[in-house]
Amino acid sequence: MTDKQRFRVENPGGGEARNAECSHGGQLRLHVPEAPHRPGDEPRFAKFSQQPGDLPCPRPLAAYQELHDHATGLVRVLDDEGTALGPWNPQLTADTVRQGLETMVRIRAYDTRMLSAQRQGRLSFCLESRGEEAVAVAAGMALLSDDLLFPSYRQQGLLLVRGLSPAEMACQCIGNSGDHCQGRQMPVHYSSKPANFVSISSPVGTQFPQAVGAAMAAAYRGERNIVASWLGEGTAAQGDFHYALNFASVYRPPVVLNVVNNQWAISTHCNMATGGKTFAARAEAYGVPGIRVDGNDFLAVHAVTSWAAERARQGGGPTLVELLTYRAGAHSSSDDPRRYRPNDEARLWPGGDPIERLIHHLTKIGEWSDQQQQDLVQRCEQEMLAAYKEAESHGTLADGSQAPPETIFDDVYHQLPPHLEQQRQELCEESLAEEGKSSWPQ
Amino acid sequence: MATMNMIQAINSALDLMLARDPDVCVFGEDTGYFGGVFRATEGLQQKHGRNRVFDTPLAEGGIVGIAVGMAVNGLRPVPEIQFADYIYPGFDQITNELAKFRYRSGGEWTAPVTLRTPCGGGIRGGLYHSQSPEAYFTHTPGLSVVVPSTPHDAKGLLISSIETDDPVLFFEPKRLYRGPFDGNPQHGQTWENKPGGDVPVGYYQTPLGKAVVLRSGDAATVVTWGTMVHVAREAIEQCGIDAELIDLRTLVPLDLETIRDSVNKTGRCVVVHEAPRTSGFGAEIIASIQEECFWKLEMPILRVTGWDTPFPHTQELQYMPNQQRIARALKKVTEI
Ligand SMILES: Cc1ncc(C[n+]2csc(CCOP(=O)(O)OP(=O)(O)O)c2C)c(N)n1
Repeated sequence: MTDKQRFRVENPGGGEARNAECSHGGQLRLHVPEAPHRPGDEPRFAKFSQQPGDLPCPRPLAAYQELHDHATGLVRVLDDEGTALGPWNPQLTADTVRQGLETMVRIRAYDTRMLSAQRQGRLSFCLESRGEEAVAVAAGMALLSDDLLFPSYRQQGLLLVRGLSPAEMACQCIGNSGDHCQGRQMPVHYSSKPANFVSISSPVGTQFPQAVGAAMAAAYRGERNIVASWLGEGTAAQGDFHYALNFASVYRPPVVLNVVNNQWAISTHCNMATGGKTFAARAEAYGVPGIRVDGNDFLAVHAVTSWAAERARQGGGPTLVELLTYRAGAHSSSDDPRRYRPNDEARLWPGGDPIERLIHHLTKIGEWSDQQQQDLVQRCEQEMLAAYKEAESHGTLADGSQAPPETIFDDVYHQLPPHLEQQRQELCEESLAEEGKSSWPQ
Repeated sequence: MATMNMIQAINSALDLMLARDPDVCVFGEDTGYFGGVFRATEGLQQKHGRNRVFDTPLAEGGIVGIAVGMAVNGLRPVPEIQFADYIYPGFDQITNELAKFRYRSGGEWTAPVTLRTPCGGGIRGGLYHSQSPEAYFTHTPGLSVVVPSTPHDAKGLLISSIETDDPVLFFEPKRLYRGPFDGNPQHGQTWENKPGGDVPVGYYQTPLGKAVVLRSGDAATVVTWGTMVHVAREAIEQCGIDAELIDLRTLVPLDLETIRDSVNKTGRCVVVHEAPRTSGFGAEIIASIQEECFWKLEMPILRVTGWDTPFPHTQELQYMPNQQRIARALKKVTEI
């Protein structure tokens, strides 16, 4: 098998090569793309052709055209041997890199704990970020704590970076009395004003134009903080993606817009989200710099986020960043990816695993050992076990210690209007409150 | 006849219509290779081909927009919106385009699209996997709005929807996909041996615009649709009030005749729906009843509905109308 027959992640939509296929004996035929690999296929990925050092690191206020190659290429820092190379190397201290590793291991341990709680029926739903921890953790560390975050549901790593306790996060997932949102939202729909982490909603992509608006507000008020947002490559098909890019190109507010290209949107491959080459390349059409980065390379994600954040802080406006990664877990606890993709795709992903790659790097430079790694994993597992226990002390799904039913009516408006007051009384008087309680099968 | 759950019945309708009419095509998020997150299109791509049953990019505005264009150019598309909560990016295309093509072109251009989407609560879906947005669309002239409550009706109504020359919004109460729901989640039920669970394997139509009286009674009339049909039926059995139960099945066009005949007989009425109360479709029904049956009414008509709040996650059972609330309303309207 030649490299040509291997699936080149550089060009998901197939680009121009496919065009000939559309015409069939003079008659037109509808082109419907198929994923490169489906169950039963042997996944074959070409290695990344780009190497660290291939792309220069322009000055923060460079013209967007100077990033043409960055939008179609791939910014890397860690090479296949775990060495940090090239002009994008962020030159982080070993302590900072270790902190990054620790946070990634913690969020993976958290996700794993929550998934097993969901399997035991202790959570109604759960969604992990396995395989793409570097996306949230490295970016979170590269931003300042005042920067406002508009994430999707798969950047829980940002919350650990911002110092939220896993117990508090688990309370949200259980929806118990420790959840300051009163159990209103499904699990993993976090919100934390102290962490500058804006409330997550399920409709995908809505956060992108909102982030642009928030950045416009920051510029309007003459502040120094910037805004960052994330969405999946599947979601980059939504109109909201394009509204965000266009408004950002017009008003040039300080915003970092991230497309997390983890290859799959539930069962649809990223070639269903675009017929074009890369997601970052869309930026150019809007006159915005676009950068494509190896999303499993902690150092590269850190560097690219820092670059885009610095550009925004200096008044250079928005940047579109595409993070090339792979969704190693199921879409969510409701999903079974064995139905639509080969099992070993994640293992064969040319970008590898972000945690393994950072361990490899740290070990190579003599800043990490097997023993330290074992200790870290054990510590994190214990931390998450204890955190989950603590969370359940505020109530479990089974004991029904959720917010009182009359709180359903709070926060619809800033004050309870008369018609809701009346409905609340109806609920209370008729003591319907007790009836539904904990009658969910466990 | 075969026992089918609602998903299988919908799948069967799609399968039949794909086989009968080469202009029918089925698409949406995850509906192709995977067969849909609720499995409604399972196996259809393998059987009918990738050109007729396929995935789309994740963009509801795009899905509805291309469906309108396909229909205007002669096809009969049956797109799926993965959850009714995600229909809003397509709102402009639905309300300004799909609904108005025939009118604005004097009948020259039409768009016979059947837009399927799972709606309603009861699966712990929280704010965004539970909504019942039917009233937004009943408020838009040009659209038909259908909400089946059994596998039998789902199949027959879907076939009729695909065959009609008007656009149809086809809301599927997802809590009923695998079995009826009496309001108590502890009662795991399947469609086996349940009314409406027996479905003809072949082609048949269930007419649009026709309600069905599921239980006749003299004491009061209960008008409802979707998941609440089953909750109301159980509430009537439990409270011992001899109420007549009407399943609307189609909200637009509304079968006012069936409602009128019943309320003229009973003089008392409760309307039940899952969607929030204010500007819910219940208000429309009640306004029509008072216009038609005012002199026969013995008591004010009551509504049992979802509260005027977003749909909460952990408190969904206190949010959704339950048997107790329906029974209380029935007692109230039959008090004197
Ligand atoms: C507007 C809207 N449509 C559909 C969905 C259902 N849905 C949830 S996640 C998802 C796939 C998202 O894929 P992607 O954007 O690639 O992000 P990933 O899940 O891979 O992180 C879909 C279709 C939704 N949440 N919102």
